[in-house]
Amino acid sequence: MASIYADAKYQDVSEEVKQKLFDEVKADMRWETTLYGCYECGICVASCPSARFYQFSPRVYAQVMAREDIHTFYELLNDSVWDCSQCFSCTRCPRQNNPGGIITIMREVAVNNGMQSAKTALQAYSRIIYKVMSTGTQVAPDMLQPDFFPDWGPDVVKVSENLNNWRRAIPPETMHTTELAWDVSEQTQLELYLIWKLSGNLDQIEILDEGIFMILSEVMEELLEEHGYDLDEIDVVV
Amino acid sequence: MSSLPILNSPPKAKDRVFDRKGHIPTEYFKDLLFDLEAKGELIVHRIADDNFIEVDTKYGRKKKIPIQHTWHHKSCGQCGHIPGYSTSIFWLHRQLGYEYYDPKDQTSCTAWNYYASSASNSAAQAAIAIRNFAQAYEDGYFPLIHCGTSYGHYKETRNEILHHQKLRDQVRRILDKLGKPLVFPEEIVHYSEWIHVMRDQIKAKQKVDFSKLTVTVHPACHYHKLVVEDAIYDRDLYDGQRTAVVSSLVKSVGANLADYSTWHDCCGFGFRHILVSRDFSRSFATIRKIERMKEEADPDVLITHDTGCVTTLDKSQFATQAHDRKVGIPVLSDAQFAALAMGAHPYKVCQLHWHGVDNKPLMEKMGVDHKKAWAEFEVQVERIKSGEIEFMSWEDAE
Ligand code: SF4
Ligand code: SF4
Repeated sequence: MASIYADAKYQDVSEEVKQKLFDEVKADMRWETTLYGCYECGICVASCPSARFYQFSPRVYAQVMAREDIHTFYELLNDSVWDCSQCFSCTRCPRQNNPGGIITIMREVAVNNGMQSAKTALQAYSRIIYKVMSTGTQVAPDMLQPDFFPDWGPDVVKVSENLNNWRRAIPPETMHTTELAWDVSEQTQLELYLIWKLSGNLDQIEILDEGIFMILSEVMEELLEEHGYDLDEIDVVV
Repeated sequence: MSSLPILNSPPKAKDRVFDRKGHIPTEYFKDLLFDLEAKGELIVHRIADDNFIEVDTKYGRKKKIPIQHTWHHKSCGQCGHIPGYSTSIFWLHRQLGYEYYDPKDQTSCTAWNYYASSASNSAAQAAIAIRNFAQAYEDGYFPLIHCGTSYGHYKETRNEILHHQKLRDQVRRILDKLGKPLVFPEEIVHYSEWIHVMRDQIKAKQKVDFSKLTVTVHPACHYHKLVVEDAIYDRDLYDGQRTAVVSSLVKSVGANLADYSTWHDCCGFGFRHILVSRDFSRSFATIRKIERMKEEADPDVLITHDTGCVTTLDKSQFATQAHDRKVGIPVLSDAQFAALAMGAHPYKVCQLHWHGVDNKPLMEKMGVDHKKAWAEFEVQVERIKSGEIEFMSWEDAE
């Protein structure tokens, strides 16, 4: 079936490709609890922050997915899916839909298939993926640098200038860190690395960003080896 | 001619009572959880009978909030960028005399990353959650979740684990390799729920008068919109029509709770946006939240209960001054607000120097001598610099 839009984008992309991606979204175990129908009431749009600042509408996701319009689905996957704030304000839906949940799944499919639009959307972000996967905490004090947050004002400059001493002037013992949000034990980090590998998450990172994958693997290998594991010999179990 | 029906006038808004009488529209997760335990699929980590206070949730079900012996599941955004947030949660426990454990064997839930990038999968996310839960179980403390994102994500994970045998099997295979059991706590509890049940005890130890303060509240999306039925609602607050947490504390410490029209809107955090597309976060936070509050309530402070909300609502205000936006509302967490009410040190405990918006006028209105307090903090920093002490201890801060 062609798109309902005569001027639909991505007409050069084959139906097979679009159908495969669409089927992957619908095969996700969470799919069945994200969409029950749609009244076209627009309540989700009224509560959606992204709809106020982007060409973006959670109602369109519900409609397109319900109609199984794979062409418009593909367009959303490429052009709009990364605008969502994942706030889940749209769970106000009177039909009990979860448009934000549809988007979570669609993004995962985009990442798993190495779509260029996903790589572009996450290009500047991938250093954060490295931080959370390598340390176990996502946001660290040493990220508070004026060149990373130039719009956050003079307090960021003060924090970065005084970082080491100010971190020590915080009472809880676990928080005297600068590269991690708190002190994560080595054993716990090891267990986290095993999860990345065993769950297939590391393979997803390889598809998304080879550079990050390489440095992450190196860091993981070092700790795993110290504890008698060989990264290449740990099989994905999911 | 048929006679017209006689109409009684409807009750005035203030006299209206919304009393839920009908059946609860959602399944009860506990039925499924205990059923799986009976089948030997998982272990349910229970709250001891003498260690909880019971509250009502959205559809009238009861929820147990543990009082102490809690395993503090910290938030990376709080510990990393708003350290006075987590410190205040611990400080409140210490002041109220409740035992807690601050573990190093905890990882982030990694959900900030997941909602930002989707560069993960359900099995990995569930394994991370349950590794933390299993650790808390082995450590012998009940998890208390500091972050709203973790809280929301763990409830989503609970739904997935309860309904999908395949996922349980996948997670079990991962946990087996780690030597950890498949454990799920009987409740997923957010620290702001603990503050909610402690509000009278906080009031009893209040040292600073807050009656001159006007306060607006931002309820965190992942607290009350994600798996909605788990959030606390109370008839005494907005007639039970929006979550009671945070607002209940504000009222309890005697500040004026002020309403504004966009209370349901998100803060603009966006997970990915706050890190790499901040033009969106800034615009939304300023135009839909801060300016609306300023115009409708003109608060002295905005109180919220999640990492992302404090960050976005606070840090977004600086740059928008260049566009003459009506900004300038200090933003604190409920934990810091409660601690300040109980006389906590604004810099040694609440660490207000990590916040963006100038909070000195707020402290002045609270009657807190911020110049003296800063000098006291600087003394501690000098002791660290000179090598006299390695770290500032709790004793130094208290
Ligand atoms: S989750 Fe996404 S679609 Fe839903 S309201 Fe938030 S921004 Fe809009
Ligand atoms: S709120 Fe629900 S029913 Fe209404 S338009 Fe959005 S998805 Fe459709």
